[in-house]
Amino acid sequence: MELFVDAWLWLTNPENYTSEGSVIQRSLEHLAYTSIVVVLAAAIAIPLGFFIGHTGRGRRWAVGVAGAARALPTFGLLLYLVLLLGVERRAIAAVIALVLLAIPPLLAGAYTGVDQIDRRTLDAARAQGMTGGQVLWRVEIPLALPLIVGGLRSAVLQVVATVTLIAYVGLGGLGYDIIQGIPLRHFDQMIGSALVIVLLALLLDALFAAMTRVVTPKGVRSAGGEDIRAREGSRRALTRAR
Amino acid sequence: MIEFRHVSKDYPGGARAVSDFSLTVPTGTLTVLVGSSGCGKTTLLRMVNRMVEPTSGEVLIDGQHLSERDPVELRRSIGYVMQSGGLLPHKTVIDNIATVSRLCGVSKTESHDRARELMGVVGLDSDLATRYPQQLSGGQQQRVGVARALAMDPNILLMDEPFGAVDPVVRRELQRELLDLQARLNKTVVFVTHDVDEAFLVADEMVILREGAEIVQQGTAEDIITAPADNFVASFIGAAQGNRVLHRSSKDPAVVVDSDGRIQGRLEA
Amino acid sequence: MQWVGNNLGLVAELTLAHIALSIPPIVLGGLLSIPIGWLAFRFPTWRGSVLGVVGVLYTIPSLALFVLLPPLFGFPILSELNVIVALVIYAVAIMVRSVSDGFASIDAGSLRAATAVGYGPWQRFFQVELPLAGPVLLAGLRVVSVSTVSLVTVGVLVGVKSLGYLFTDGFQRRIEAEIVTGIVMTLVVALIFDVLLLALGRALMPWSLLAKSRLRANEAV
Repeated sequence: MELFVDAWLWLTNPENYTSEGSVIQRSLEHLAYTSIVVVLAAAIAIPLGFFIGHTGRGRRWAVGVAGAARALPTFGLLLYLVLLLGVERRAIAAVIALVLLAIPPLLAGAYTGVDQIDRRTLDAARAQGMTGGQVLWRVEIPLALPLIVGGLRSAVLQVVATVTLIAYVGLGGLGYDIIQGIPLRHFDQMIGSALVIVLLALLLDALFAAMTRVVTPKGVRSAGGEDIRAREGSRRALTRAR
Repeated sequence: MIEFRHVSKDYPGGARAVSDFSLTVPTGTLTVLVGSSGCGKTTLLRMVNRMVEPTSGEVLIDGQHLSERDPVELRRSIGYVMQSGGLLPHKTVIDNIATVSRLCGVSKTESHDRARELMGVVGLDSDLATRYPQQLSGGQQQRVGVARALAMDPNILLMDEPFGAVDPVVRRELQRELLDLQARLNKTVVFVTHDVDEAFLVADEMVILREGAEIVQQGTAEDIITAPADNFVASFIGAAQGNRVLHRSSKDPAVVVDSDGRIQGRLEA
Repeated sequence: MQWVGNNLGLVAELTLAHIALSIPPIVLGGLLSIPIGWLAFRFPTWRGSVLGVVGVLYTIPSLALFVLLPPLFGFPILSELNVIVALVIYAVAIMVRSVSDGFASIDAGSLRAATAVGYGPWQRFFQVELPLAGPVLLAGLRVVSVSTVSLVTVGVLVGVKSLGYLFTDGFQRRIEAEIVTGIVMTLVVALIFDVLLLALGRALMPWSLLAKSRLRANEAV
């Protein structure tokens, strides 16, 4: 327990907030990497997931890739890409490795989001005279949004966890003080940083939980029970409607 | 007036849903396409708003070839009611009814006013306006579906098994109301069902179909019940059984019985 | 390729160490999750809090957990126990939700029928509920297995040797082939575990193949 007291002292030491490499700076670095990676991955994965969910093409491929990608050790990939691209381009290598990590949950969220929409709802929308674009923007996207945000949530959490590792190749982030601290046995900074990482992850999780609630259309929520984010739940709500 | 001229529809994989079908649906009548599932009746219906394109042949509305019309604009001009509503789950009742007028660029206030009026026409309580479809009963959802189809006051109404998913009591009620509505509005209605009793009840003109959308008999309910064209029609409508053929009871000539001798009602003098 | 040829012994040794570190979290995680997940399914008032706690645990980054567990439990940071306990926690975090979903997926009619036919509560649990929830449990366990095998590599940062050693060693010595070997062998171990779990599922639940299409959607996310 005294280790936690040391960590608390480290966390409350004003020096760690003003000097180079302060907790604030590390947190901002951590958030910056996380946002860049998730935005890039979303730009690739969400349209692709929509395409797959919309056309049904490449479905098996997507499920296979999502499964295989979960097995890929991102830490190894990161180190390999740094060697491949050169140490001076290690930031690019880190972003690529993390984008690859973030794509599967985003792809799955977008794909299942579209796939779970009742085909008859889309058919009816078209039969009322909606153009392809109107069906997409007024029906498919609003109805898929809760699962897309669910995918975004898993992606963000996985990336936040893994950005911790980029300090190993000399990039910043909240993992820096942990990875530096291990060989030196500086437990105060290790535990202190670990607590900040946990806090950051929990805050982001809460943020996305709230966001999921906001984007879930009321009409869908009223039928689907409390947790529409869980794909089981939403699918059950759907079969119930049928 | 809707005309089908020698239309056929082949689906990929060689299935032929419709084979050389011709029919004229006169303006202001309610024509029922009736047949068992898979006979191609829904395919025919969906050709009228170009949700399905015929492989060959032509469909015309008031003499104009549909292939010359923009499908989106065409669909907005035709009311479409489908089984189990097909309402948008994330929109309220009033927004669902106003969908088409909003698509056509009518202002929100105006389309909401019209939607509220239509709720009255189809017998929906105005309190339901802000509900979501899944908070409604099956019958209420179906009424919303009808109101939505009427939103732009279309000349043509397509109804695809509109009452198929509601319980029998509510179904009877909705069928009666459809007749009242049709008496007032005089739309050109194409109605698809597999329920023969429903067809007898609502049809001005009945078209009995067999696989491949082959017309086996066409005529009024009276034509069909008095002179079934062949054994297929006779057995399809159950001409020989149940309450299709009624007799005076041998015990009491004022009582009517069916072919099994069960009492069905009494004759008024 | 030449590097692999010269270091077959090391690769084999690390692969075995990797497997040894991966098995306890998968087995223990699976076993611990069944009662917890069942409670969450059975008592709706607890479900929110159980799934909430489990969700929070899953949110904690692995490196942070490796650092936080030793002072909490009193074992040294550079120990296999540390890595195993952390991975058991992740396994439970993933599995509890699957277990709860699995029991919820059982047709209520089958359960009523089982009670009506005269199964006692325990018999009903082991002979009806558990087997019927089986396919969803298996899907969850496959996710646990894949993620455990991948996360074991991070343990090298706190000095626990696994295939992850090939990453850090290859990085420091600038041998790309060494890192690639580590990645490939991790994928191979994950694949072997997955195939074994599938075979186990097929042997225990031959009827579940019929329900396969239903499961596929589950695996997607």
